[in-house]
Amino acid sequence: MREITYAEAIREALSEEMRADPRVFLLGEDIGIYGGAFGVTRGMVQEFGEERVRDTPLSEHAITGAAAGAALTGMRPVVEIMFSDFLSIALEQLANQAAKSRYQFGGQASVPMVLRTAGGSGTGAAEQHSQSLEAWVCHVPGLKVVIPSTPADAKGLLKSAIRDPNPVVFIEQKLLYRRKGPVPDPAEDFQVPLGVADVKRPGRDLTVITYGRMVPRCLEAAGKLAAEGIDAEVIDIRTLVPMDKACIIDSVKKTGRAMIVHEACKTGGYGGEVAAVIADSEAFFHLDAPIRRVAGLDVPIPYNPELEAAVVPTLERIIFEARDLAG
Amino acid sequence: MAGKRPSREKPAQVPHGLPVEMLRSIYTKMVQTRRFEETAARLFSEGKVHGTAHFCIGEEATGIAVCAALEPGDRMTATHRGHGQSIGKGMRLDLMMAEFLGKETGYCKGRGGCMHIADFSVGSLGANGIVGGGMPLAVGAALSQRLQGSTDITVCFFGDGATSTGSFHESVNLASVWKLPVLFVCVNNLYAMSTPLRRQANIPDLAQRGQAYGIRGVSMDGNDAIAIYLAAREAREYVKQNGPMLLVLNTYRHMGHSKSDANVYRTKQEIEEWKKRCPIKRMRERLVAEGTFTDDELDAIEAQAAGDVEEAVRFAEASPAPRIEEAARDVYA
Repeated sequence: MREITYAEAIREALSEEMRADPRVFLLGEDIGIYGGAFGVTRGMVQEFGEERVRDTPLSEHAITGAAAGAALTGMRPVVEIMFSDFLSIALEQLANQAAKSRYQFGGQASVPMVLRTAGGSGTGAAEQHSQSLEAWVCHVPGLKVVIPSTPADAKGLLKSAIRDPNPVVFIEQKLLYRRKGPVPDPAEDFQVPLGVADVKRPGRDLTVITYGRMVPRCLEAAGKLAAEGIDAEVIDIRTLVPMDKACIIDSVKKTGRAMIVHEACKTGGYGGEVAAVIADSEAFFHLDAPIRRVAGLDVPIPYNPELEAAVVPTLERIIFEARDLAG
Repeated sequence: MAGKRPSREKPAQVPHGLPVEMLRSIYTKMVQTRRFEETAARLFSEGKVHGTAHFCIGEEATGIAVCAALEPGDRMTATHRGHGQSIGKGMRLDLMMAEFLGKETGYCKGRGGCMHIADFSVGSLGANGIVGGGMPLAVGAALSQRLQGSTDITVCFFGDGATSTGSFHESVNLASVWKLPVLFVCVNNLYAMSTPLRRQANIPDLAQRGQAYGIRGVSMDGNDAIAIYLAAREAREYVKQNGPMLLVLNTYRHMGHSKSDANVYRTKQEIEEWKKRCPIKRMRERLVAEGTFTDDELDAIEAQAAGDVEEAVRFAEASPAPRIEEAARDVYA
């Protein structure tokens, strides 16, 4: 199979959906001739024109709301919010308007929009451009939340998100944009359904539940643990909302040990929800050890590169925690 | 109390160019709105409603007359004080009252209440509980109209309070940059809850806000329904051709901000002064003075409106409540 980057896979998904459906259009800051802050939409304005690849003023609130308004009235907008940190500015329109419109109007309308944004640390951009804020949006009923970890998942999940009749927050991972992976040929109309987790590595001894940038890191850790005789199963949740609970529960019933890994701060993080889902299920009776969360420290992301790397789960820490849990 | 003169004796238009049937419709909807809200207030005092409500009594001309100038394909976003805007856009009294009482038969199946009422079938994209919250949605609706090749427009209602929100500034700017067909209508009732306009804005006229975004801003008497209708009709044409404009309608709410308001921030005298400028009374006097309708005819319209609202209450009260088992319905499509 051919290999393309995560960014190229996203661009392919956007382009294919725009070619197939005239209702799909893009809006966001610097997504036109500039190609987006991370180059995801590079070349798209040349193919689709400025009406469908719309550069916007620096107005995250208004462009998110305009996307919701367009979605309510028959279009399928994909809005790009340059950094997920700027969700703080878009959140009123996302949480109070887009997420609630269908429910509060008694099912009269739907909001088929996608909000794409780039999350995560590791670029040296420090406190205001490095956060992992997925828990904020997971807490709002009416939103779906996706964080892909591979180019194939990025493409397949984004195509499903664009076709989904609900507002989907699609959080891309900055440090994965240039990472290559196999992606099916465009002729295949490849999709990955929302709400289905993926066992990226089967194993017997413990279940590692993770997503986004931590997936390749957990897989690397699992490879090293295998050399020590510890066989870790790595589940990529992929869609945080709705969560594929059955996949997690079945795995933990099999392994008896659960470790959740994410880059986001521990307190109030998504890992707490995963842990609770396990504890609330029959998997609880199969646990041989307490559920473990390996998460970012409860600090803002610092500038200094050593500090920045140290406040999110490192490869060494994941290996250490997994070894400790499996022992 | 049916009208004594049959309507066929009337000319089709009165001197200022308005069709007589349009005047009848505007007057009817204004009195329907007034009666709807007076009845809603009574239901509150009888303990039949929980939650809150924001009444537009005294402001009826704004929502009704602007919406009267619209075409059926036009869209509208309403405010939390949006009963008049909703009735103006063609929403039904019975389904509105049922929503007010939280019933399954209401527009939003009792999920939204009047603060979030919508009827997409008539282009009413929803009232909004967030001040300024509907403004980007209106811009998006107008963007759809543009992208879909429609010649319809979107009307965006908001209050004076909303002009202080970032949402206002971002939305008006975005609509202006993209030259979208949005008619921004500011219902300036002089108070953001209790805060008077002079403490919200350091400009004498909110229409000046349009200048900052390169769009036309017009300010006018918000209690003169006929003048508003004529201005809105012109504004609709302007917006269709040129992109957004800002229409500021200066008015006053007779009642408090919501049902918990003790009105301590304004004087009885001020309220009484504005009641003398009641938009319904004013339109009535003009219609009679110009000989368009007789007092008897207008009495008949008011009696009919009262009957329609009572019928709406009967429908709402007889309607079933939503089923608790269905509380989680419609979170997702």
